[in-house]
Amino acid sequence: MAENNGGGSVWVRTGQILTAFFSPIPLLGWLSGAVFAIFLEHIIGNSLAVLLGLPKIPVLFGFVIALKEPTLIPGAIAYVSLIFVIPICIIGRLSSPVTNLVAEKLLKLPLFFSVVFHVGILYGVLHFWSDISPYRVLTLKLTLIAVMMTLSLNVINGYMGEFSCSHPGFMALGAYAASVFSLVFFTKDRIFGEPLLSPVLGPFMFPLALIFGGMVAALGAMVIAIPSFRTRGDYLAIISLAFMFIVKSMIENLEVVGGPRGLSSQPNWANLPTVFIWTVLCIWIINNFVRSTLGKALNAVRDDEMAADAMTVNTRRTKMVAFLFAAFWAGVSGGLFAHVLRYVNPSTFGLQKLAEVLAMVYFGGLNSVYGSIVGAVSLSILGEMLRPLEIYKWIFIPLLLILVMIYRPTGLIAFKEFDVRSIVHPRKRDKE
Amino acid sequence: MPLLEVKNMSHDFGGLRAVSDYNLVIEPGQVRGLIGPNGAGKTTVFNLLTGVYRPTEGEILLEGKNIVGLQPYQIASMGLGRTFQELRLWRHMTVLEHVKMARYSKLGYGLIGAFLGTPKRHRKEADNESKAYALLEMLGILQLADQVVTNLPYGAQRRVEMARALAMEPKILFLDEPTAGMNPEELIQMMKIIREIKDRFGLAIFLIEHRLRMVMELCEVIQTLVFGKVIAEGNPEQIQKNPKVIDAYLGTETVE
Repeated sequence: MAENNGGGSVWVRTGQILTAFFSPIPLLGWLSGAVFAIFLEHIIGNSLAVLLGLPKIPVLFGFVIALKEPTLIPGAIAYVSLIFVIPICIIGRLSSPVTNLVAEKLLKLPLFFSVVFHVGILYGVLHFWSDISPYRVLTLKLTLIAVMMTLSLNVINGYMGEFSCSHPGFMALGAYAASVFSLVFFTKDRIFGEPLLSPVLGPFMFPLALIFGGMVAALGAMVIAIPSFRTRGDYLAIISLAFMFIVKSMIENLEVVGGPRGLSSQPNWANLPTVFIWTVLCIWIINNFVRSTLGKALNAVRDDEMAADAMTVNTRRTKMVAFLFAAFWAGVSGGLFAHVLRYVNPSTFGLQKLAEVLAMVYFGGLNSVYGSIVGAVSLSILGEMLRPLEIYKWIFIPLLLILVMIYRPTGLIAFKEFDVRSIVHPRKRDKE
Repeated sequence: MPLLEVKNMSHDFGGLRAVSDYNLVIEPGQVRGLIGPNGAGKTTVFNLLTGVYRPTEGEILLEGKNIVGLQPYQIASMGLGRTFQELRLWRHMTVLEHVKMARYSKLGYGLIGAFLGTPKRHRKEADNESKAYALLEMLGILQLADQVVTNLPYGAQRRVEMARALAMEPKILFLDEPTAGMNPEELIQMMKIIREIKDRFGLAIFLIEHRLRMVMELCEVIQTLVFGKVIAEGNPEQIQKNPKVIDAYLGTETVE
């Protein structure tokens, strides 16, 4: 008993020391630390890896080699600590007086400048981090796409509290629509022949392709929404599941887009900046929406539809708009997905994809933008880590999900507002 | 022209006639009461008037316009606010968000504003918020603004419901047993609040209540509903003396 208490107080004290150490570091401080770490990796990464007995720089913080070659784990841990953890903490802390000052100065201008500044640095960090290997670039792009998917599904399953299973279907619609758009108009292709417009225009028209993909997905969502939002209950789950399978088998039987063989040779337009910008745009718009009273109406409908109705909320319109909106973003993410891999086939958008994105939503946390980002990023990394297990990784991920459901039924970071101003706000040392 | 007029409204649940031949006239600024034993159909009357159910027969005129068949949110935005007997609060939302939400139809910005966070939206939301704060202050729950409603004591939750209904800027307010489950002290405060609301906003109020003391003190005209039929209508003294009311509502047993 006494020992237990003693142990507890040591933990508490360590926690307090760590909090005191880290609390004065603003986001800008962490970013500066990250910038430093990235340059460190570029300069001494290779030689350090050799020194620690690693064949090459551990691409994903050592997660990928953890299961492939367990003997290298200590080296990977040492590498990650020396290159990332320790420098980021030390630089973050040391620079905190300066970064706090800069953050404070920036906040005096409209919030927009602060946000652009932070996002710009974040992009720089990601860009130079992923520069090291093409595998990092691909993983990063797919993770960003997963963030978009998760966030848009969270609008339906979290904020609106309905259970939708059709997200892979929307993603497929978006992927194929955007691909067809760019193939027909801007690419010479064996299915669609000569491009209708000059391919030079292509990269500039890529946003149009994505928006077209999103629109098609939203149109698909309308097919589900009209019958299933008349009443509440399990209808949506069932109808949307059916929709997902219908879309999949429809594409499989559509020879124009390659049928079960899939559709390939999409132009290489989805580079890292494009994917990043779309992800930021998606987070920004969805966060704007769910924090407005119009968006909060979703929570009102979820928690008590009758009360929402009596308080002048047009519940049916609210649900329709949110559903179509979420489907739009799923479609956009599908379009990006197709252009990142430059190949899509219908079997990608099946039950496994659904399980993946549902796991990300419920693991990260319902009704929370933070949660979606955390869920998508952590499960994407976990997925890469467990890749050597092949199909058996689908034992581990559901197991993890079950544990989360038992101990935190709404997910890791549920019901937390994503307040941009407080994120970029300078941290004050509490002297008082 | 009366604010709210109901003509020969009837409603069937399957074969059961829950409300039959119900008539009502409420003038602007009037406080009316509806009493009756449990299961008399009082809440059904509320649900019919607010559009939750559609009456089988009859007309409901709000400021001369027939509102039968309109959706509840449409009727609500025409100026008919209500509270619920069984507190229907949104359990994950804060007090402030509740009050802001009730101003949904008066937001003044559209989806583009919501998606892009335009300056217009921020202006309207700030405006909305200051009105919400004023209401919270009036009802004495300003210090609870950022609390999630499920953490609040019962009396405060009732006040949140009242603030939420008032935020709609209704012309007529339907209160469904606003003092259900309250202790005598909370009851007195709630009566004070209802009087204050009436004086400040000049609202018409339609009140369902079980506590006769409250109805007798507040209401100008009282209806007694038994098995879906109005058996008596009049001012408090008339109702108290009416033998039918005493018989049906207060009970026939003589006290030895």
